Parts: sequence; C-alpha cells; structure tokens
Amino acid sequence: MIDFAPQELLWSGNFWLHLLLFAGMIITFILLMVMFFIWYERRFISRFQIRVGPNRAGPFGLLQPVADVVKILTKEDIVPARGDKIVFWLAPIVALAPVFMMFAVIPFQGGALLADLNIGILYIVAISSVASIGVFMAGWGSNNKYSLIGAMRDVAQLVSYEIPLVLSIVGVVLVAGSLSLTEIVEAQTVPFILLQPLGFLIFFIGSLAEINRTPFDLVEADSEIVAGYNIEYSGMKWATFFLMEYAEALTSSAIITTLFLGGWKGPLLPPFLWFIIKVVAVFSVIVWVRATIPRFRIDQVMAFAWKFLLPLALINLLLTSMQVVFWPEAPIWSIIIASLFIMTALILIWSKFLKMGGGRLEV
Amino acid sequence: MALKTEPFAINLGPLHPSTHGVFRMRATMDGEVIVDLEPVFGYLHRGIEKLAEGRTYKQNIPFTDRLDYISSMSNGLPYVMAVEKLAGIAVPERAEYLRVIMAELQRIVNHLIAVGTLANDLGAFQTPFLYMFRERERIIDLFEMVCGQRLLYNYMRFGGVSHDIPDEFLPALKKLLNRLPGFIAEYDQLLAENEILLARTKGIGILPKKLAINSSASGPVLRASGVKWDIRKADPYSVYDRFEFDIPTGSAGDCYDRYRIKIAEMLQSIRIIEQAIEQLPPGKVWNKVPLRLRPPVGEAFAHIEAPKGELGFYVVSDGSEKPYRFHVRASTLINLTALRDMIVGWKLADAIVIFGSIDICLGEVDR
Repeated sequence: MIDFAPQELLWSGNFWLHLLLFAGMIITFILLMVMFFIWYERRFISRFQIRVGPNRAGPFGLLQPVADVVKILTKEDIVPARGDKIVFWLAPIVALAPVFMMFAVIPFQGGALLADLNIGILYIVAISSVASIGVFMAGWGSNNKYSLIGAMRDVAQLVSYEIPLVLSIVGVVLVAGSLSLTEIVEAQTVPFILLQPLGFLIFFIGSLAEINRTPFDLVEADSEIVAGYNIEYSGMKWATFFLMEYAEALTSSAIITTLFLGGWKGPLLPPFLWFIIKVVAVFSVIVWVRATIPRFRIDQVMAFAWKFLLPLALINLLLTSMQVVFWPEAPIWSIIIASLFIMTALILIWSKFLKMGGGRLEV
Repeated sequence: MALKTEPFAINLGPLHPSTHGVFRMRATMDGEVIVDLEPVFGYLHRGIEKLAEGRTYKQNIPFTDRLDYISSMSNGLPYVMAVEKLAGIAVPERAEYLRVIMAELQRIVNHLIAVGTLANDLGAFQTPFLYMFRERERIIDLFEMVCGQRLLYNYMRFGGVSHDIPDEFLPALKKLLNRLPGFIAEYDQLLAENEILLARTKGIGILPKKLAINSSASGPVLRASGVKWDIRKADPYSVYDRFEFDIPTGSAGDCYDRYRIKIAEMLQSIRIIEQAIEQLPPGKVWNKVPLRLRPPVGEAFAHIEAPKGELGFYVVSDGSEKPYRFHVRASTLINLTALRDMIVGWKLADAIVIFGSIDICLGEVDR
C-alpha cells in the first residue's frame, strides 16, 4: 500500500474506503460547484450589466445549468473531416483530468482530503500545467487556424505566467515552513494575504492568466479568434472543455483560499462551510474582473508577465526570505504594515517604468 | 537555429463576431502580425441603387432607412433634401427644426452604439455595450413616440416630416437631455482612464492627416486625424447655421482619438438639440406635395453630416415619376478605403479594434 497519508489522518481508518469516499466526494463537489458557478456567474454578471440573467428554469433560474446540459447532450457531435481524430478525441479528457486531480490535495477542512501529500503545493503546480497540453491538443487536432492561434496563445501564456505564479507560492511556503497544504493552512494564524499581499496579488493575476479569464482570455477571445481552441468542438466534447474551464476556476479559487485566505478557518460556522464561502468569494472577484476590464493584447500579456510580475515576484521572494532568516520573531502587525507599504511602493514605482507591448511592425 | 516560417492566410469573416455584420477581411499573417489585408465587400449587397430606379420617388424613402440601419433617422434626410432641390419644394420651418432634432438624437444613438461595440471588440464582456443600450433605449422611445417605429423610422417626407411631435414629446426630451450629460460623463470616466483601454487604443491604427484627406474619409474618422471638416459648418444645410456648436477634432488619429471624438460629439449634439428646442417655431410640418411626384428633368446632389460621415444622395430625374439614377455616397464604404494602410503591421487583436473604431454599418457599405 502506498503511504499517502499518516494513518490517523484517514477518516474511516481504512485506506481503500477513504480513497473511494473522497474520490466520490471530490467528483460530486466539483460537478455541483461547477453547476452552481455557471448559474452564479450568469446571475452575478448580469447584475453588473443592468439585466436580470437566467430566471426562468426553476427557482431563481437555478435549473438553468441542468437545462443547458440537456441541450448540449442532445447536440450533434461534429468531428472535422481533416482533423487529427485521435488527438481531437483525447483532448477534452487530457484537459479535464488534471483539474480533478488537483483537488486530491486541497483540504476541505482539517484532515478532510484525499491525500495529505507533504509536497502538496508542488504536486498542484506540476499537475496544473498538464491541462494546457489538452488545450494545445484541441487546437492542433481541430485543423483550424483560429484554434491553432488560440492554442499557441495558451501555451505562451502558461509558460510565462507559471514562473511568477510559482515564485509567489514559494513566499508562502517560506512563511509557513511546509509544502503540505494542511500545514500551510494550520500555519495561518493570520491569513497570508496580510503577510504576503504582493504575493497574493501576483498569484491572483497569475491564476487569472492560467485559467484564461478576462483580462487574459486571449485563448478564446471571442471578438478576435471567435472561440479559440474549442471552435470546432460541439456537443458533449465542448461541454467537457466548458466544465474544465469552470473546474479550473473553482480549483484556482480553492488554492487561493488555501494559500492566502486561511483555508477552512473561521469562527462559528463549520470549517467546510467556511471553505466554500471563501471559494465563492474569490470566484466573485474573478467574475467582477470579467465584467469590468477589457482584454490585453498578446504581446502586452507577455510584457506584463516578464517585465512586471516576474521582477516583483523575485523581490517579494527576496524580502520574504530576509524576513524569515533575520527577523523570524518579528511581531505580526509590523510585518503586515511593512509588507503593505512595500507592496504599494513597489507597484507604484514599477508601473512608472513599465512599457507594455510593442508597436507597429514594418512589413 | 532559425526555424523556417511562412505566412498564412486567415479569413476574418464574413461570419465573425466582430465584423459588425458580414464584412470579410482576408488577412495574411506572420504569427500574430498581419502583413497583408484584403477587405472583401458585398455580402449584404441588395442592389438598393438599382431597385430604387424601379420605384417612385416617395417609395424610395423607406429604402434609405435600410442603408445604415443603426441611424436610419438621418439617412432619409439627404435623400429628401436632394429631391426637394430637384423639384423645388419648400420645407416649413418647424419641419426643419424637427429634422435637426431627430438627426442629432440619431447621432447620439449611433455614437453610443459605436463606443459600446468598440468596447466589445476590445474584449470588455458586453458591459459597456449594455450600458450604452440603456440610454439608446430612451432615445428610441422618443422616436417611437414621434413615428411609431423603433428601428426603421421612415420619418422624412418631401416638404417636411411625416408627423408632428406629440405634446408629451418635448417634456420627455428635456428630461432626457438633463440626464444624458451625466451618463456620458460617467461612461467617459469609466472608459477613458482605463489602463487596458489606453494600452489597447492609444497610438494604435494611426490614420495620418494626409492619408485621411487623400482617401476622402469623413466624419469622426477624418476629424480624429485633426481635420476640422464638418458638413454642418462647411456647407450648412437645413437650419444648422442658426446653432452654436463646436467641431471636436483629435490630433493623433489613433483609435483612442476616434473614441474621444464620439464622446465629444455627443455633448455637442445635446447642445444643438437644446438650442433647437428653444427656437422651435409653431406651424405646420408638411407642405403638401403631389403623391406621384414628377420632378423636372435634371440632377441634384445633397449631403449631410451623418453620424458616421458624409452621407450624400445623387438623384437624376428624366421627368418621370421614377428616378433615372439613384446613387448613394456611402460614408462608411469610403472610410474603409484606408483600412489596409491602418491595419498592416499591427496584430490580429489590433485589427479588430481598428476596424471597430472606424464604426461601419454593413447595410450602408454594401447597399
């Protein structure tokens, strides 16, 4: 038997029962939350846009996602004749599976997780990039120029944003002193968003880019490349990509909750409820950003990652390590004030010198 | 090692979400950069100019609405002006003022939609667009009050307009005019200082002054390039010479200037309407014109400053009840002349924004 977790952390005491229980729980949780998120995003974004949103199917339109799924299931499944059929078929699965796998190490509450890996965050970083392979496979297998452009953009974006993303995680790991997500949550006497505000900002922006949300939704930029990588998909295969996108948003919200917002911790309510509340709160911010901001251009996205996020992430890492090494006993309030001050100063100074993207090319 | 690369052609349109209809751009791309571009027109060609030759003068008025269906109120104006010139029909003063009020309201509607769709092309998920539509809706309500239609108004007539305004129109209009500047200022505040919008539009798609004149661009596209040219001032028609207003001009000629011009023009339109309401004389709105109008043999051209540019109608009469020739100087088609020069060298995402900032309507481009 693989030693996934210490015996006392298994809920039922039996390894296989634990595995089954949590595998079932994670799949149910993700599917239900995705259904909720789809409804929630449509209702919430329509409030920004002075309209009502779906409100016909069921109470408050709650059954709208169900109706959508039924519609999608009955749709014709079209495979492009000139496409790479095997790649085309495999792509949705390759894209969706890692998103589910990421949830294996995210604690819903103390001890309530599939596997308490001691390298949990490393596992997440490694697995999360795999989804991009699925996206690229979709773009390639469709044999469509639009989808290929979308897929290329996705890979370029992922490669650029992974680096500041990981560097900002390292800051959290330094402060918490562990790679295990359970221990990171338990180390948060105050949420790390206060101790690592710059790290949080970089991680949040990086996550937006990673899950292809506005303003980094160039992968499926509907006004430019129509639907990007999934342009040739229809029916259930398209729905799988849709599910993947929302599951990614859910996972990213869960990771942000775990790393920066104190995970399941909170007063009065049961811990898992706090976890869900925080996840929905993070997702609300993502939707808010989507309703407000236009899209970047591809070179601006790259410039933003390499010229803005990466240096700031390095500085953040340096400052955090100095604090951990030289002033491990510094009072928390002083760290909070100092890091907030440093963040504001750094962002203001850096944005003065930032020039985003190139101009016109001579052709 | 240098990889071997080759450009590839990509077809933007005719079925594409941001071609504002069925426009087609055949772009040759080197990665994300557009190295060549060929605009293809004609997917919405209905042969309106030829069809009009088979119908009487009056029957052609509804046709003009179908050109630029976003702003159909101001489309009929140059046509009736041309026929009035041809047949020597006088227009009552009240009708002239009503025409001005409607044309300026239509300008506000058009610019609202233009700014909204530009934000859509930039990738702002529908939000500015829907806010713009909220204000458009109020103006459309006014139009409905006057002529019973919400999109294709068919309001202009030879010798006047089809209906006088109802009693409740002016109070509603005044109420709207009081609210509009606040809304426009709000949008401007939300959009004009937006960092991403600035990064995406400032310095992008520059149309130099000389090229703008050479390609005979008109309207906001021309004025954004710094040319102070507005038919309302340069060749005043109707009663525009009685109003005080400024012509906003840009300097850089980029997408941002084209957007700013539209915001500024909306405020000027409000100024014009306010003056027109004050001066609005009583009286009839239509001089009786024979139903089967037979203008004397000759030709006439009339043009106005339509929201999208200079819109002109050229009508030739052979003395019968049908026009011998009916030609439209479509402002947006001519504004598109410089499209290739503006887009080549920019990225795919910029091409969409540049195209959107020209503000075209395919109904008028293809006719």
